[in-house]
Amino acid sequence: MCGAPDQDELPPLEVGAGEAVVHGHVRRGDAGLPGAYVRLLDSTGEFTAEVQTSATGYFRFYAAEGDWTLRTLAPGQSVDTAVTAVRGSAVEARVEVPA
Amino acid sequence: MSRADVLVDADWVEAHLDDASVVLVEVDEDTSAYDRGHIKGAVRLDWKTELQDQVRRDFVDKGQFEQLLSAKGIGNDDTVVLYGGNNNWFAAYAYWYFKLYGHADVKLMDGGRKKWELDGRELVEDVPQRETTSYTAQEQDRSIRAFRDEVVDAIGSKNLVDVRSPDEFSGKLLAPAHLPQEQSQRAGHIPTAINIPWSKLANDDGTFKSDDEIRKIYADAGLDTSKPTIAYCRIGERSSHSWFALRELLGEQDVKNYDGSWTEYGSLVGVPVEKDV
Repeated sequence: MCGAPDQDELPPLEVGAGEAVVHGHVRRGDAGLPGAYVRLLDSTGEFTAEVQTSATGYFRFYAAEGDWTLRTLAPGQSVDTAVTAVRGSAVEARVEVPA
Repeated sequence: MSRADVLVDADWVEAHLDDASVVLVEVDEDTSAYDRGHIKGAVRLDWKTELQDQVRRDFVDKGQFEQLLSAKGIGNDDTVVLYGGNNNWFAAYAYWYFKLYGHADVKLMDGGRKKWELDGRELVEDVPQRETTSYTAQEQDRSIRAFRDEVVDAIGSKNLVDVRSPDEFSGKLLAPAHLPQEQSQRAGHIPTAINIPWSKLANDDGTFKSDDEIRKIYADAGLDTSKPTIAYCRIGERSSHSWFALRELLGEQDVKNYDGSWTEYGSLVGVPVEKDV
């Protein structure tokens, strides 16, 4: 498999020693936003991966250590959020899409 | 062959939803997206269970492909329009696959499912019933498919285009960053390959950039168009996307997709591997 996994059916979060997980929720107002597209861009702005948020707005990436940008797309909207991934950890990001 | 012959936009698809000669086909690796909603009239193709042999690592053979398309209600004269998730990776793979077995008229819907959703266009849950056909496939067109020996021989002589992300190319990551990284292959890339990620060819909404922009991206990266080209990624679907751009959009003639890609090459004993990190 190579495509983005269904974010509703992810395995429990386990962070391998060499992995740097970036995960979190996309929210609009108080509610999680399902079906949004979250793009992981590296420090040069290069695309690395993309997933579609789960029914609760959840997303997860297995990145490498360093600075990343999460670009979240919803109809008519694009929101950039900076995040720093740490080796051996899961860093939680919170993305707010304007109502 | 022009862009309009191989790539249609969402407006074109909406205008042809009731055109009996057009068969919409959604192609995904994870087919649950289709269950949650798909374009009206679209049939589903499961990349994993329907396009791959279920025992050996290879494609279904000509006879199985004929049975598959016949059962889906796709005829030889139909215009097949493919779309899917993951920025059309698996739809592009299916496009290449349909070409491999000689389907005459096949197109991609630009931007795939993402563009359709971001446009706020309608998705339905009704599964269409199509009458079975008697589909006849051609023998595989090996001029568009590369195998491992040809890839090893191409080191230093043909263009090898690694379309994975820069971190996969350098060896920092073994898979796209939406997947766990524990893998059996060695990390890195094929020596002399140039890294031109598939994503450079696409806009945020998944649509392809213009032919001129794509041509410039390849030229700036040092692709020598006087030589044959082999594209690869991890399992051959992202490289189908780049193969589509090079051969179908830009009209380069000698372009092959190496569907074995890194999951094969990175597991081969004795072949050279370059790693940058």
